[in-house]
Amino acid sequence: MAFATLGTIGEATDRVPLKRSRIAILLLLPGLAYLALFFLAPLVSLVFTSFEKPPDFADIGQFVPAFNIQNYFDVIAQYWPHFLRAFGFALAATFFALVISYPLAYFIGVKARRWPMLQAVMLTLVIAPFFVSFLLRTLAWKALMSDDSALAGLFRFLTVLPNDQHLTGTWFSVIFGLTYNFIPFMTLPIYASLERLDIRYLEAGADLYASPRSTFWRVTVPQSAPGIVSGTLLTFIPASGDYINASSSFLGSVQTQMIGNSIESNFLATEQYPLAAAMSVLLMAVILVIVIVYVRVSGTEDLL
Amino acid sequence: MRFSLGKWLLPVYAALALVFLLVPIVYTIIFSFNASVKSNILWVGFTLDNWTNVCAERGVCASVGTSVLIGLIATVIATAIGTLMAIALVRYRFRGRAAVNLLLFLPMATPEVVLGAGLAAQFLSVGFGKGIITIIIAHVLFCISFVVVTVKARVAGLDPALEEAGRDLYGSSFAVFWRITFPLLLPGIAAAALLSFSLSFDDFIITRFNNGGVETFPIFVYTAAAKGVPAEANVVASAVFVLALVIVIIGQASSAARRKRLARVG
Repeated sequence: MAFATLGTIGEATDRVPLKRSRIAILLLLPGLAYLALFFLAPLVSLVFTSFEKPPDFADIGQFVPAFNIQNYFDVIAQYWPHFLRAFGFALAATFFALVISYPLAYFIGVKARRWPMLQAVMLTLVIAPFFVSFLLRTLAWKALMSDDSALAGLFRFLTVLPNDQHLTGTWFSVIFGLTYNFIPFMTLPIYASLERLDIRYLEAGADLYASPRSTFWRVTVPQSAPGIVSGTLLTFIPASGDYINASSSFLGSVQTQMIGNSIESNFLATEQYPLAAAMSVLLMAVILVIVIVYVRVSGTEDLL
Repeated sequence: MRFSLGKWLLPVYAALALVFLLVPIVYTIIFSFNASVKSNILWVGFTLDNWTNVCAERGVCASVGTSVLIGLIATVIATAIGTLMAIALVRYRFRGRAAVNLLLFLPMATPEVVLGAGLAAQFLSVGFGKGIITIIIAHVLFCISFVVVTVKARVAGLDPALEEAGRDLYGSSFAVFWRITFPLLLPGIAAAALLSFSLSFDDFIITRFNNGGVETFPIFVYTAAAKGVPAEANVVASAVFVLALVIVIIGQASSAARRKRLARVG
């Protein structure tokens, strides 16, 4: 939703002359100043921090400006599994969220058009999870996956889960939690693009003797591509930086820690600010590269 | 009529997906009635005590109060800043529009943990103590982009002829804005404010990096999670859920009524 609306809706009307741009600057000024001060400057400060090193006789959490590129090598050497898990888990969660969301969005946006009331109710249910604390929902899944829960019992019955192992604290529970938490972010943009889909295109496909399957893959899916791109990005980006699902008091364990957990513990617990900053810079850089490549390949540059 | 599996597959799939989304919500509400003593994981028995005596559990009410205060202040600031930006972006042509759009898009494309760590590093380097102010600064930051996106859609749907008519009738720029533009934008602004408040109220990750000991509701839940979250937290979540649901339903009903009115006029 966010990505699609940012660039496409309401480009400036030609009626408004360019010379009034001074008013525009005035209107933008507070926001631009805010973003410069509290978004751009912190990113720069993160880059500076990532090169700092401890002084000769340092207390914990004390660092001096330097150009210590070694921090980056240390981070990669020590935390590459955390990066791998972050991107791997986020990728898996994005895939499962897409598989669950697309048919749901298709039903709401296309099939339920005849019943506006049903459409409204279903959309409200899709956003309903936003109204309950993210942490409590995740804790609810933790309880529902506990050792004597029905879900764990089912998995034991199916012999997928050995008797001496837990369901929580595994990569399964972390991916499960991430998938669950980001389904609305996937469903809403896909719904927004499918809702605009002109049914006559589908009828034209059928008239031209296309099977429903090929109409779906060659008409419906390309038409909803902007929604799919927005939804996958809105899922993948926050999921790769998430550390709630993977943390030990929620659905994860020491073996499932993602890079977000390492940033958190290095920054807030052990006060290794340069290492935490280097991890953040690397995470941000990898995400930007992924987003740029993904948007280029899918041909949806105008979304940005 | 022949029973066709294909015809029912999609509705059933969609219904199951919605059920899946609702499971933890239902669980949270049910366990707000649990007569648990310390940790709220096993079902003990039904009670209304948690609801009638929410503030009995130390920290729940205080943290909710802090979260509401932060949410209100952050919402007012972010909505004001974001609405002005949205108007500028839709209504005016100027050099650097693409750059402004990019600058607004980037905070949404940045993982929260990076935003949180960045702000914390910034506050650390300038020696600004963390507390309620730093939480508000952080919340305004991530709300602005969402306000701009929400209000922009509304500004784009606005007919410029209405404002031109105001100017033709010798309305000052200020009068035109205050008497015409602003009331027409109000539903969009209200939606943006609600979104901001709920984002702020539920934010954990960025807050965690910048709270400096101040306990918001999510921070309270996180701290309690290690040893067991009290049922009173479920009460708060359930009450917020019902309240939000009522607001959304009222909003949808009033916009449906407006559409009906417009249809009759047109």
